Parts: sequence; structure tokens; C-alpha cells
Amino acid sequence: MHLAYPAVLAALLFCVGLYGVLARRNAILVLMSVELMLNAVNLNLVAFDVWLRDTLHSGQALTLFTIAIAAAEIGIGLAIVLAVYRNRGTSDIDRLRDTAETDEAEGNESPGKTKKAEATT
Amino acid sequence: MTTTTLAALVPLLPFLGALAGLAVGRTAPGFVRPLAILPTLTAAVLAVLVAVRQGGGRAIDAATQLTPTGSVPIDLALHLDGFAVLVAVLVTVVATCVQLYSTAYLRDDARYPSYAALVSLFTSAMLLVVYSGDLMVLLVGWEIMGICSYFLVGHYWETPEARAASLKAFLVTKLGDVPFLIGLFALAADTGSFRITKILAAVANGGLEHPTLIALLLLAGVAGKSAQFPLHTWLPDAMAGPTPVSALIHAATMVAAGIYFVARLLPVFAASGAALVVLAVMAAVTMLGSGLAALAQDDIKRVLAYSTIGQLGYMSGALAVGDRGAAVFHLISHGAFKAVLFLAAGVVIHAAGTNSLAAMSRMSGLARRIPDAYWTMTVALLALAAIPPFAGFFSKEAVLVAAEHTALGDRTVAPAAAGWTILIAGLLAAVLTASYAVRLWLLAFRGRGAEVPDHGRQPLAMTSVLWILTVPTIGFGLTAGMLGDWFDGHGLTPSLTTAVLSTGVTLVGGLVTYGAWRHTTALAARTPIGAVAAHPGAEPALVEAEAMTSHTAVYGTVADAPDPADPGRLLLGPLHRHAVTGFHLDALYTALFVRPVRAAARLVRFLDREVVDTYANGTGSVTRLLGTAVRRAQTGNVQTYVSALLAGSLALAIAAVVFANVNAGS
Repeated sequence: MHLAYPAVLAALLFCVGLYGVLARRNAILVLMSVELMLNAVNLNLVAFDVWLRDTLHSGQALTLFTIAIAAAEIGIGLAIVLAVYRNRGTSDIDRLRDTAETDEAEGNESPGKTKKAEATT
Repeated sequence: MTTTTLAALVPLLPFLGALAGLAVGRTAPGFVRPLAILPTLTAAVLAVLVAVRQGGGRAIDAATQLTPTGSVPIDLALHLDGFAVLVAVLVTVVATCVQLYSTAYLRDDARYPSYAALVSLFTSAMLLVVYSGDLMVLLVGWEIMGICSYFLVGHYWETPEARAASLKAFLVTKLGDVPFLIGLFALAADTGSFRITKILAAVANGGLEHPTLIALLLLAGVAGKSAQFPLHTWLPDAMAGPTPVSALIHAATMVAAGIYFVARLLPVFAASGAALVVLAVMAAVTMLGSGLAALAQDDIKRVLAYSTIGQLGYMSGALAVGDRGAAVFHLISHGAFKAVLFLAAGVVIHAAGTNSLAAMSRMSGLARRIPDAYWTMTVALLALAAIPPFAGFFSKEAVLVAAEHTALGDRTVAPAAAGWTILIAGLLAAVLTASYAVRLWLLAFRGRGAEVPDHGRQPLAMTSVLWILTVPTIGFGLTAGMLGDWFDGHGLTPSLTTAVLSTGVTLVGGLVTYGAWRHTTALAARTPIGAVAAHPGAEPALVEAEAMTSHTAVYGTVADAPDPADPGRLLLGPLHRHAVTGFHLDALYTALFVRPVRAAARLVRFLDREVVDTYANGTGSVTRLLGTAVRRAQTGNVQTYVSALLAGSLALAIAAVVFANVNAGS
């Protein structure tokens, strides 16, 4: 099989994932998009490993690493999303703007503090 | 012990006493009085012993060098000649009397321990100046006296007058000390040594390249310390300090230092005729101006202060005609009678409850209440007015004789012009001296009006020292015949012409004042005046402090009182208004120096507040502005951040590719 097919597929997958990360509002969908991007990279790693005929198969080994890390990441990510949803009643990314710099925050820090207090309870 | 060891102990003992007094003053108040009196008293005994051993013979020199100090060596040196040992006796005796007097005068003062320690330190510094054979070591004592006078004049620092007076005393004397220091360096550069003996030897060999410059620079410091025109203005204001301090400053230390310094280095000054003429003019202006001003003052202590300035003028006059024997003779006799005058004035202020002569002239029986002060003050005033046979007569005669000889060309140390200036000014000042002495006596002790309240007997510590100091006031003049051998070897005895002349003008001055007083005293009953602070039980210093404060509050100034019965007002006529303020010299200095300095301070304040601060604040606000701009990017939306990250990495990737191709292509 020619290298172009997996490479183009990986590029398309990566772009779809990138679009999802940048454009989706729902945090779960953003995490799913991140998975897409990771898998695009995995695909590239496997394809190039075969194409280069690497005797140590470092590409495949690295893919295994990536899959393990992705599993861990998605576990933590989903837990965070769940906690945020329980707290706020929403998991829309563009409504989670606690870290935004506002002019009021400088003179009077109480609004930020109350929000943080909300976040921790 | 050798004479040198004894002489080294004389300044050392009061110094150690001062240290110990400061150390234990708080913890063990019982030791303060012994620590104040005993070291000074021992120093007095030792000083007398040194004087006896030295005996007016050859000067004793001893020196030790602690460490090499570069180009011009500085030695711890003693130079004991007749001048040094006799002045040291005066300093220690007066200081002992002042310490004794202070134990009673400031007996309840909370700050007595530090006061006594400072008086001891003051004494020790003066003794260092007197004995030192090295000009740099002398300068150390000179400057310690400056700072001690600052502290002691400001003893009542609760009052604004005392604070202002102490600052003024310090700054004005410092103003003279700067040229003085430069003069010392110039002298050392010319002669190659700070040792007095070597400098005098170099001067004798004509080794002085800039005699006039050096002499004038040194004279500035002398004028500041010895309160000569135009730097005398600190002395009358220094009356804001307690009376014993005034006695110490005026009689034995501080003001004597300048005269003594010139006497020690007279050949340096004599090398320049111009400097001597300048000194003579300075002395003449000082004598006449202070005499007129003294005649107009209302505060008894300010009269005495101006009289000190005038008597110091006589001493400078003697130096200007090149006769240091006469100058130091007058210094010592003046020290004795001026100490009596000040200490007795303290008693008078306590008994009368006021420092105002106008108020004293409206109370009767003051002389009966304080007979000791009355008699000693009378004797001291007679000595001040130079009535024979008191000490002041002989010493003033010595000055006038020296001036006469110089004027007539018998002495060639100084130009004849200096001699004539001093002779004429001295005779005129003798009239004024007699006049203000008589005025002081009449107003203080011959008042008419209500009886002075009885405050009980004055403490023995205060009255006894008056009598002790009265002994030299009466008898010291009789030693005139022998003193010449202790000094430069020529006689100090009066000559007939000047004696008759000066006694004559003195009597004229006294009688005219008496006549004026007889004329004006009738007016006294019509204008009642009084500001009396009476605390019979309290320490005398408290009465004095209150009297000074109330004097300013009642009359507007401490110098003057609106009293038509004042003979000085009649005698001075239109001059009185100017004489009260010391001929507006303070106002002149305010216009010349104080206002420009204030304006400069305002300019600096403007530059600091408006210019420098603008830059400092500007850096802050620019940073803040940049921060506000950057904060706009911080929206809180994670996706925006990631987009920016993507854009950045894309840009970097494209740039890397482009540069790789460009480099590959070339």
C-alpha cells in the first residue's frame, strides 16, 4: 500500500479533530476531538514505522504509549467535565471564563473570589 | 608624676567624668553630682599644679604619634607655655564653680545628668584646645565645643526660642569653621606640619607663602567662635540656655577659644599687616556696636551677652596690635568677672522672678534679699567698667597701652593704623561699657516700687561660688607686674596717660547714665510693667525658663520692653530702636542668606515633586497602560488560546520551511 493513503487519512483525521477542539462548545465533544487528533498521530506512527521498516518498531511502541496515555487523559478529562457539570449545570467551554481578566477584578477582587468559592463548593 | 602626665590628665579627667556621668546618669542618680564635680575639681587642682611647675618658664613640649597619617603627620602633642597653663587654670576653676552652681540651680531638672556630663565634656574639649600642641588635635576640641554648645544652649528644647538659638549657635560657628579648616590645611601645606612649635619656627624663618590668605581664613573661624562682628549674632540668642551655661560659654570656654587660638599663632597673623588691620577693624566695630546694643537690651542676660562680645572685641584689639600678653590677660580677668556676673544674674533672676530689667526697676529691696549676689555683682560690674583697682582695669589698661604704643610707633609688630583704630574704639567703648554697667546696676538693684517677695536664702552652692570668683575679680589685676614674665616677657602695667584717659571717660559714661537714670526714673511709677514668674520652692532654673518664655509673650521680643523709664532709651535716642535688634543684623542675614536658602529649598522641592516624581510616576503608569492592553487578550475562553497557539505554530512552521528553502537555494 502506498504511504500516501494513511498519511492523507491521518491529515484529514487531525484536521477534523482540530476543528472539533477549536469550534465545538460541548466539553465532551472537545475531548472526543482530542482523541481524534491523537489517533491521527497514531496512524502516522504505525504507517511510517512500516514504511521505514524499523527493526526496533519504535513507532509501534510509541503508539502503545500514546494509547495508554490517551486512556488516562480521557478518564481524568471526563471526570473534570463531570465535576464542572455538577457544579455549574453546564459543560459549555465558552461559558467557563473564570480566568478572564476584567477591569472590575483589579479594583475589587470580591466577584472573582465569590466565583471561585462557587467553583470549589 | 611628671608635668606632662599631669597636663595630660587635666583634659582627660573631665572627659572620663562626662562618660561616666552619661553611663550611670539613669541607673544611679546618686553618683551624678560627685561625677560632675570631682573630676573637674581634680582637674582644677592639677591645672594649678601644672601652672606652678611650669612657672612661666620655657615652654614644655611633649608629643607622641599614634599612627602615621600620610603627608602631614598628626601628633598627640602638648605645648605648655605661660598662656596655656594660666588659661587652663581659669577654665578649670570657672568650670568647677559652674558645676557647683548647677547642682543647686538645676537641682530638680530631669535632664541634669546629661547636662552635667555635657558641661564636663565642654570643659574637657576646651582644655584640649588650651593644652594641645597640634592644630588637628586642637580642632577636635574646637568642634566638640561647637556640638556641646548646641546641646547646652538648647537645654530647654521645649521652647522654640531655645531650639532656634541652639541651631543658630551651631550653624553660625560652623559657618566660620569651614574657612577655618581650609586655613589650617593651607597653613600645614605652607609649613609642612600641624605642630605649633614647628609652624612658629617656619614662620620665624619666613616660610609662609600666603600669610594674608591663611590669616584671613583662620580669622573667619575665630570670628565665629569668639563672636566677633559679623558672626557674633549667635551669642545674644544663646542666652536661651540656662544661666550657668552662659557663664561657662562666656567666661571660660567657647568664646575664649578663638582669642586663645590667635594668641597661640600670633606670629602667623603678624606676618600679614593686612590681616591685623582687618582684625583691628573687626574688633573696633564689635566693641562699639555691642556697647550700643548692650545699652538697649531689656533682658539682663542679653546685656551681659553683648558686654561679652564687647570685651572679646578688646581682646581681638590687643591681638590686632600684636600684644597677646594683654589679650590673654584680659581674657583671664574677663573670665573671672564675667562668670561672677552671669552666676549672680542667675540669682537675681531667681529672686526677682523675671529677667526683664524694666520689671526689676519697678521692685525695691532686691539688694537686701540677695546680699551675696548684690555685692559680688557690684564688684564685677566695677571690674567690667574698668574702675581701679579691680582686675578689669589692669587688663583693659594693658590692651590700651599696647594700642597706644603701636599707634605712636613704639611697637612695630602691627601697623600704626591698627593701633589708632583700637585706641580710639577702645576709649569710646569704655564710655559705653561704663554706661551699660551703671544702667544694669541701677535698674536691677535701685528699683522703686513694690517690695520683692521673700524667696528665702539662696542655696549655699550658688552664693559661695560667687565669692570664690570674686577673689580673682578683685585681686587678679594686682598681678599685672608679674604676669608679663609668664607671657611674652614685656610689662603689662598701666601707663599714666591711658589710665587717666580711660578712667576719665569711664567716669563720664557712668555719671551721664546716672544722670539720665535720675531723670527717667520718675517716669517709672507712671507706667507699671511686670512679668513675674515666682516659684519660691522650685529650682531656680525653672523660674528662669518661665521668665524667658513670659518675656517674649508679654513684650513680643526677649530683647526689648516698652519702658519709657529706661535710661538707655534716653541716652541712645533714635538709635535705641536699631540697637535693640542688634542693628538689624539678623534681619540683614535673613534677607541675604535665609531667604535665598528658603527659595532654593522651594526650588528643589518643586524639582523633586514636579519633575523627578513625574518621571517616577510615568514609568509606573506606562507599565500599567501596557498591562491593560495585554489583559485584553486574556478572555478566559480556552478555545481562543488554542487558536492563537495554532496560528503561532503554523506561522513558525511556515517560517521554518521558507527559511530552509531560502538557505537551500542560495
